Amino acid sequence: MRVITDQDRCVAAGQCVLSAPDVFDQREQDGVVMLRDPTPHPDLHDAVRDAVALCPAAAIRAQEGR
Amino acid sequence: MTDQNLGTPVTLPTRRDPACPFDPPEELTRLRDSQPLTRLAFPDGHVGWLVTGYDAARRVLADPRFSVRMDLKHSPLPRRNVLAGSGDKPAPGMFVVMDDPDHRRFRRLLTGQFTVQRMRRLEPRIVQITADHLDAMAKAGPPVDLVQAFALPIPSLVICELLGVPYEDHAFFQEQTAVAVDLEASVEQATVAAGRLTDYFADLVRHKRSSPTDDLLGGLITDSDLTDEELTTIGLALLIAGHETTANMLALGVFALLRHPGQLDAYRADTSLTDSAVEELLRYLTIIHRGSPSRAALADVELDGQLIRAGETVIIGLPAVNRDPARFADPDVLRLGREGARHHLAFGHGVHQCLGQQLARIEMRIGYRMLFERFPALRLAVPAAEISMREASLAYGVRRLPVTWEQA
Repeated sequence: MRVITDQDRCVAAGQCVLSAPDVFDQREQDGVVMLRDPTPHPDLHDAVRDAVALCPAAAIRAQEGR
Repeated sequence: MTDQNLGTPVTLPTRRDPACPFDPPEELTRLRDSQPLTRLAFPDGHVGWLVTGYDAARRVLADPRFSVRMDLKHSPLPRRNVLAGSGDKPAPGMFVVMDDPDHRRFRRLLTGQFTVQRMRRLEPRIVQITADHLDAMAKAGPPVDLVQAFALPIPSLVICELLGVPYEDHAFFQEQTAVAVDLEASVEQATVAAGRLTDYFADLVRHKRSSPTDDLLGGLITDSDLTDEELTTIGLALLIAGHETTANMLALGVFALLRHPGQLDAYRADTSLTDSAVEELLRYLTIIHRGSPSRAALADVELDGQLIRAGETVIIGLPAVNRDPARFADPDVLRLGREGARHHLAFGHGVHQCLGQQLARIEMRIGYRMLFERFPALRLAVPAAEISMREASLAYGVRRLPVTWEQA
């Protein structure tokens, strides 16, 4: 799985950090998404899929099977 | 495109069954199960739409072809929300009724103050504030009104400290806020209350401009080019959003737990339910309940086989949306620990999703947990049927929650 984030679309709701804190973080000054791990361990894939679904701004994509 | 559902428009269902204060209005639920997208008649004669299905609600809220602008939307309420601005014009800086890119410019100035990490750093202080209020409750002895002793003052004090609003003024702004959001108050009464709140905040901003403070408002004054008018609007919006909502969730959540003793026993026995209980209560109770959120179509949009025309207003019936059986199994059952409860739309969806949601989550997590640890035998001091509900308020909840406990 490869995770791609779009910092321009991000609205800094923090849903991704709640879902998968090992994969996502928020920039200190404006809360915009920062990717900690673009190729997360398979154990984290369900949490990443949750983050994709919960992101209110559709700012996260997960390309499966990479 | 089909016209099969375009019968007589309905009016927005608001009447709840007094015997089921936690459930959405029955008519709203019936509509979701028969016509999750239906024509809605507005008090001003407009005919728009009511969405009660989960998927359609999410799509509307995420779609930039649907606008939040007040000058484009018709209101389903008996009177307009005076806090958003006067007439068709939003108050300067009132970004919650602006579309992108204007909305985004303001929101980005604030998002850094409400991140998951930033809110976690407030935890020790929120624990302290909660403990202080529980001490005061114990000292006062039973019975107490949990709204006044616990649910309202805790989030009020937290947001005051965060923003830099003197808490000693809380009686004033809580009282004025209550009038401004009460849909049974006349538009004149609500406008006077909103005006008093605005004047109060304008004074505060002027004061902070001359002697800067180390808090959210002080930071915005120093680090942004917001005008005093914009700072006043934004500060007031954050103050109201910061205590009205969480206060109602705290008190209504406790009422719901006391009425579901099996769930409360499970919660007390299992600290791993602390986070998921908050999400399930947000889903189950959905306090944003009357005519909000709403959007106006900027273009013709096809939704579930219907054509929503440019200019038509769409109301999201959130309490029914969060009980949609197509998304949540046994949706009318309160089940702490429910898998996927976090997928509720209680904080909205799309670019306007609640800015303060991480603060609200922490306040509820700490609030429910510490209350039931400190008062394990907490119970209602009056029959449940006597609890008066805030049906005609922008945020649903209880007016008072008399509780009692056995003193050690």
